[in-house]
Amino acid sequence: MTARTAPPPARRRRAGGLGPSPWWGYAMIAPAFIGLAALYLWPFLKTFAKSFMDTPAFGPGTWTGLDNYTDLLGDGDFWQAFGNSGIYTAILLLGVPIATVLAALIQQISRGRAVYRVLYFLPVVTLPVAISMVWRFIYNGDFGLLNWVLSLFGVQGQYWVADDAYAIYAIGVVGIWMSLGVNLIILGAGLQSIPPELYEASSMDGAGRVRQFFKITLPLLSPSVFLVTVLTVISALQMFDLVFVMLRSVDNTALDGSKTIVYLFYEKAFVQFDQGYGAAIAVVLLLVIMLATVLQFRLQRRWVFYD
Amino acid sequence: MTESALRPRKANGAKPSHRGEWVLHLALTVTAVLMVAPFAWQLVTAFKTTGEASQSPPTLWPAEPTGDAFATFFDSVPVWSQFTVSASALALRVLGQLAVAALAGYAFARLRFPGRTLLFGLFIAMLMVPSQLFLIGQFELIRDLELLDTIPALAIPGMFSAFGIFLMRQAFMSIPTAYEEAARLDGAGPLRTFWSVMLPMVKPTLGALAVLTSLYSWNDLLWPLIVSPRGDNRPLTVGLAGLQGQYGTDYPTLMAGALVASLPLIVIFLVLQRQFFNGIASSGLKG
Repeated sequence: MTARTAPPPARRRRAGGLGPSPWWGYAMIAPAFIGLAALYLWPFLKTFAKSFMDTPAFGPGTWTGLDNYTDLLGDGDFWQAFGNSGIYTAILLLGVPIATVLAALIQQISRGRAVYRVLYFLPVVTLPVAISMVWRFIYNGDFGLLNWVLSLFGVQGQYWVADDAYAIYAIGVVGIWMSLGVNLIILGAGLQSIPPELYEASSMDGAGRVRQFFKITLPLLSPSVFLVTVLTVISALQMFDLVFVMLRSVDNTALDGSKTIVYLFYEKAFVQFDQGYGAAIAVVLLLVIMLATVLQFRLQRRWVFYD
Repeated sequence: MTESALRPRKANGAKPSHRGEWVLHLALTVTAVLMVAPFAWQLVTAFKTTGEASQSPPTLWPAEPTGDAFATFFDSVPVWSQFTVSASALALRVLGQLAVAALAGYAFARLRFPGRTLLFGLFIAMLMVPSQLFLIGQFELIRDLELLDTIPALAIPGMFSAFGIFLMRQAFMSIPTAYEEAARLDGAGPLRTFWSVMLPMVKPTLGALAVLTSLYSWNDLLWPLIVSPRGDNRPLTVGLAGLQGQYGTDYPTLMAGALVASLPLIVIFLVLQRQFFNGIASSGLKG
């Protein structure tokens, strides 16, 4: 009994010794709490609820159970958008090995690192809308730069972003180009933590750069590569801007066959004002992202090296 | 953080790696050219006439360089007012974000109160949810507050981020408690300790958070599209996206517009490179 009653005063005294009354804590998190509750927690619950409702543009909605979800499963547009987001994500994952090699190259050179970092980072700080416009011009089928360059090599040009057969791949290339800078910085920070002695020792043993990359850099950098992979998947599944700008024609609709999940969500919830259906799309997106992330954490044991 | 680690490496690694380094430079330079080429093409096109930009094969340099495209852009888009909207929303969002995140981050790192762990866990859980799930509810709240088509509407949701709170909490946790104890012995209250002792010590993190928030704010498209239905108080991103519908094939004007709208943030980046890199490295978070 005494043992059970003894701790609280001691704890209170300790708390009193460490800081002022708990009300200070509540007061300081109050702005964050109010904001996050009103703008994130509550909207999240609302969206979740709406996904089970039929929501007319005006007036209250009615509960319809799983109707939105069963409609989604039978909706060809949804599966197509889902597939497009999958393709886009897969293409962006190709950017991870590219970034890994480039990060290692930058680490190896003795001068000029800062210049490369800045040049590779430029797309990150440029408006995605602006980037989309520039690439749309480069991809132009009639007088775009890409088709001209390809013609120099005798390759037949295409209407890259006006043709569903190519559009999502063309956008994927831009996505890799855009995300390279961020990936390089994260991987570069990971490279800093590899002890230089390892490279020196292996150089003395006669190991070349390529061998060092596979035997030292890659295993020791794998936690950072893993982080970049997880972040790439999460952000690629949420891609919106590039589709919105690059694929919209003058009549304000994107190429039908090349929409991504988030574009479809935007169109349903905020253009057609079918919020219930849009909400269901968003909830499915959440599930897909969670599943993809959990899966990657499961698989990491196979290839990520922690010391 | 990265710098201190950089220097010894440079000294150690320099000697063995000089030999054959030109191969590495070659690979990096080729990539750099690919990275910069779209910008160069944008720049060249912005000074062409519409006719020349639609020629096939394209000319690599404007035959008669002209600033007409910039004039058209400034005539057809209210650039200055949209710039003001973008800049005001950015300032509001950054200041709000820093205040909210620093206060909450400090409380979570240092103050004791019942429910602290639970609340922090709740905040962090919000990090996992894709932002689209919040949009409908956020839109309705802004609408019900009658803030649609206003600058605060653009800035408010971005002021509150679990990520910012997390980042600030980590920064405060890395500071030795001795400073606070000294402040308390001097008779400083919690708010004063926070403001004049602790806050100055997390300046680098505040800087990193400020540039990251600026980046997201300046570049955001989806949220401004949603909360400016009437079109008053639209930021540059929305104005630029609309330009395409208007001048779909007038590429010099589009390129000039894209250049003007992107330039402010590129300049800020060139000045504050280290803050950008530190922000990205410590967060690992993408837009």
